[in-house]
Amino acid sequence: MGDLADLTILDAGDGLRAGDFSSADLLEAVTRRAAVTEAHLHAYLTLDHEGAAQAAEAADASFAKGEDRGLLQGIPIALKDNMCTRGIETTASSRILDGWKPPYDATVVTRLREAGAVITGKTNLDEFAMGSSTENSAYGPTRNPWNTDKVPGGSSGGSAVTTAVGSAFGSLGSDTGGSVRQPAALTGVVGMKPTYGIVSRYGLIAFASSLDQIGPFSRSVADSVAMLDVISGFDPRDATSINAPVPNFGGSLDRGVAGLKIGVVTEFMGEGIDPHVITATRAMADRLAGAGAEVVEATLPSVEYALSAYYLIAPAECSSNLARFDGIRFGHRTQVEGTTEEMMAHTRAEGFGPEVIRRILLGTYALSAGYYDAFYGQAQKVRTLVRNDFTAAYGHVDVLISPTTPTTAFSVGEKAADPIAMYYSDLCTIPSNLAGDPAISVPIGLDDAGLPVGFQVMAPSLGEEVMYQVAAEVERLAGFTERALLATSTVVAP
Amino acid sequence: MDESSTRVGTIAAMPVDIDIAKVARLARLALSDEELEMYGAQLGDILEHAERVQALPTEGVAPTSHPLPMVNAFREDVARESLEPASFLSEAPDVKDGQFRVPRILG
Repeated sequence: MGDLADLTILDAGDGLRAGDFSSADLLEAVTRRAAVTEAHLHAYLTLDHEGAAQAAEAADASFAKGEDRGLLQGIPIALKDNMCTRGIETTASSRILDGWKPPYDATVVTRLREAGAVITGKTNLDEFAMGSSTENSAYGPTRNPWNTDKVPGGSSGGSAVTTAVGSAFGSLGSDTGGSVRQPAALTGVVGMKPTYGIVSRYGLIAFASSLDQIGPFSRSVADSVAMLDVISGFDPRDATSINAPVPNFGGSLDRGVAGLKIGVVTEFMGEGIDPHVITATRAMADRLAGAGAEVVEATLPSVEYALSAYYLIAPAECSSNLARFDGIRFGHRTQVEGTTEEMMAHTRAEGFGPEVIRRILLGTYALSAGYYDAFYGQAQKVRTLVRNDFTAAYGHVDVLISPTTPTTAFSVGEKAADPIAMYYSDLCTIPSNLAGDPAISVPIGLDDAGLPVGFQVMAPSLGEEVMYQVAAEVERLAGFTERALLATSTVVAP
Repeated sequence: MDESSTRVGTIAAMPVDIDIAKVARLARLALSDEELEMYGAQLGDILEHAERVQALPTEGVAPTSHPLPMVNAFREDVARESLEPASFLSEAPDVKDGQFRVPRILG
């Protein structure tokens, strides 16, 4: 057997239950892996050695007593640093929250703890989840383990990388316009955005509240189901939480795709998408057809406007949400003397990075008197049209498929000076956020440069079961078992 | 037809005139003149791109503010534990007598 750090969550769970190794062993394996990879990748902002060791000890004590709280018991999991962890620094990668220790846990954190998971630490992100490369972090960028000259995607780049290299068995990210699926695609792991409202946002530092959803990164589709099972469900502390039982996410994992009708999104198979990515996507669509699915073309005519609508709606919501960072109750406060209002303005200008300032300004403008109808109001109507397109498509197909991203991983610095070019990397993922629908990225292979290609499966609201059913078949057909060089070759066995 | 003439032809009605200093004031961001100039130019570019949404006919289309058809979310009116004040006051930049302290309000 290879290194424990490379096991899937389900295989690690089998070993724990068979007594082959302990949760403490798993924690030691990911900690040892992190000790090698972090110097190259900077995926973690904080490693909670003490808390993780205690949680692993508690999990092992539970196993010894025959207590079993489910598939995540004893499993080391990493968290994006925009999820509140009581007493553990939570920065959202922003100077304005430097050193902040939340007085409470986010609901997803509570659920993980109750399930016996071992929280390893907090991962790097684009500041306040605004970005697509994890370059916009006040604490320095995260690198791609497949090629450290490349970005890992973002904004949940740190979480994606921990799962890709085995410095965690799985991790949580948040997806507002693709921030789980896009970095999953660029780092060769599975990344999933749930239906809006099935995972609580309580304790998630808000970016754009009508779009944000927390979702899992994993090294297999079945692991993704195991994680979503734990973090999902009604939470009265989140007013947008769906008060209904969640679907049986994994109920059809082994059913294959025979009899399913699958639509290839025409708009994401042409202009603006790298030809190699299109070829790989088309090849997988053909293999799904070979596996018994009926594969047809599907069109979403309004999606060409989705990106523009998103970059009005998300900044508008962010400008409102980030008003709370005013130097009064938490985080940074300026040394500049003045009135309270001057204190706020200097605190915010000092504490926020350029992309966050850009989006706050954009959102403030789009919501201001005289421009509201032309920009924000119109964008909300475009959102309706995008939703209507999805509704029409799902009238005749079970799921939609497309590339997850227009290209494989791009170079560090390549798009940093051009905000609009950066925004285009979320082209294929944004529509599902506007619609509130579930979507998943599954790795299907490597391009000529040895970089992973992600394949996206989208489903209607609460359609996670059929989404996972197709994703599992994609995973079987792709047989993607390659690991990033940094996850293996540099790790010397003890 | 090149791209700029397309834009003029279809969406000429929306000139992007940004009083960036006013926007920064509304957003409570104390930016330097150089920063204002830089962000103003970038915002112009982004908004020019965002104007694409103007091109779509949306007469009679209802706006979507939210993906769920929810109106209100109520919970049982029962008391529950709340945070100890010390747990969050200890994180504040300036505190006096168990309260957040701010600089003078009037200029």
